Amino acid sequence: MSVLVAAEHRRGALRDVSYEAISAGRELADARGVDLHVAVIGGDVDGFAEDLNRDGVDAIHTVADGEEFDHNAYQAALSQLADRIDAGSVVLPNSVNGLDYAPALAEALGVPIVTDAVGMAYDDGLTVTREMYGSKVETTVDVAGDRFVLTVRGGEWPPAEGVGDATIEAADVDIPESGARVTGFEEVGGGDVDIADAEVLVSVGRGIEEEENIELIEDLADALGATLSASRPIVDNGWLPKNRQVGQSGKVVTPDVYIAVGISGAVQHVAGMKGSDTIVAINTDPNAPIFDIADYGIVGDLFDVVPELIDEFA
Amino acid sequence: MKVLVTVKEVAEADDDFAIEGTDIAASDLEYDLNEWDDYAVEAAVQLAEAGIADEVVTVTVGRERTEETIRMALAKGADRAVRVWDEALDGGFPDVASKVALFEAVVAEEEPDLVLGGVQAADTGFGATGVALAERIGFEHAAVVNDLDVDADAGVAHVHRELEGGVEELTEVDLPAVLTVQTGLNEPRYASLRGIRQAQRKEIAAKDLSDLGLTADDVESALTVTSMYEPESESDAEMIEGDAGESADRLAEVLREKGVSA
Repeated sequence: MSVLVAAEHRRGALRDVSYEAISAGRELADARGVDLHVAVIGGDVDGFAEDLNRDGVDAIHTVADGEEFDHNAYQAALSQLADRIDAGSVVLPNSVNGLDYAPALAEALGVPIVTDAVGMAYDDGLTVTREMYGSKVETTVDVAGDRFVLTVRGGEWPPAEGVGDATIEAADVDIPESGARVTGFEEVGGGDVDIADAEVLVSVGRGIEEEENIELIEDLADALGATLSASRPIVDNGWLPKNRQVGQSGKVVTPDVYIAVGISGAVQHVAGMKGSDTIVAINTDPNAPIFDIADYGIVGDLFDVVPELIDEFA
Repeated sequence: MKVLVTVKEVAEADDDFAIEGTDIAASDLEYDLNEWDDYAVEAAVQLAEAGIADEVVTVTVGRERTEETIRMALAKGADRAVRVWDEALDGGFPDVASKVALFEAVVAEEEPDLVLGGVQAADTGFGATGVALAERIGFEHAAVVNDLDVDADAGVAHVHRELEGGVEELTEVDLPAVLTVQTGLNEPRYASLRGIRQAQRKEIAAKDLSDLGLTADDVESALTVTSMYEPESESDAEMIEGDAGESADRLAEVLREKGVSA
């Protein structure tokens, strides 16, 4: 048996989650006493293979197929490779593209899938640590049997480093015609302001409750000489434009000061702002995950605290 | 065309909750239509209003209690509903393949041209059922769709997939297809009073495993939840105490130290 990891790239560059998945795959390969194989599909596969040849990688399989992601190619190549190298464990990034083929791959291989792992252990069988109920709890999940597909959350494993001595080989696989075709990409969030440039951000979340209350946070941003940003629900509701969104699918920001107002701190949001120098959180829920990464916290009602804070700077 | 929408009733934990065994205590859970599925229902209803869809059918795996939530989707404009439940599903933690087996059987009966569902369920957060279903039933698919334009004559859905980092992928997907819908795709409507009244008369067909030609073996889960716990807080934040005035005063002091001023 072996462990198979698939790398991820976009628009000519490998994504960090590829190296993190290699680390997770190595952990599993060590626990199972087997080899670690890495597959890279599409794009500059030879160049990518060199970059992926990190410590602990035993073999790299390249599959030349177009420039960009095609879920049918990924699934076809990986299911054929998994059969060939007897991959009992397939480890993939829990990314938007990962979720576009990992479940179909598990289905094609006839093995269970567990997604969004934040930890794992292997002893007789796989035990996965993952969150539930919007990050309020963690669970351990046992997987029956010794074959599975696992997707791993970004930022939970360190990126694989060093230079390995993997064999690099072009894999001979059949890629069927795809019924889904990528026709282009669009950058979103252009416009009047780039929140990534701001030194101070006041960021508003679901706790603001109503669109008309956004004005209160605008007033705070004005009083502080700060730029206004938001978490996803505010943008989904159309209360602020997409270019104000902080998070995994929005902008990654690293201001000197980030003030989170009524933001619970879901993992997708935190991914976009955890690099801020100083993080301030105001939230009614003392258990909100935003306090885990905050430097200063106020457990309180933003509708009481924010007007007082505006007065302080008026 | 016919659109099938997978709809889940999800549980949300109260701010204060207790864990009993391997789940949150039932008394500390509130039930609601999954937020992502709300956008999928809206997308389907908009296709019907545009004359592209002839019929919108929802399908839910859930016990009888979920009918209240299903009625909400019907009140927003879905035509009828299928609810699948069986005592074989009681208690355990269903894996992706067992949910796919149930949906596969419903797809065989309903023969939809398009299946819509949310990207993930808010409670379990697996995000896998739709894409696995597509593979099982031989449909094309796209995950994490935040823009949708169906060209029924050409048999193609033009979608945007929301990638990380503010980039959208533009993709054309051949029909029939399964699309998983991201929040923000549209503006889900509130049910009107008229819609709520009409929903009372709409059909919710309850089906068990034998109705679908399945047995308990088809829904045997490979997954077992063995523990649940609250993650330890890693917070080393300075918590600012006091009433609103006092805490704002202290926070203003901190912010000025950090060089914040208008």
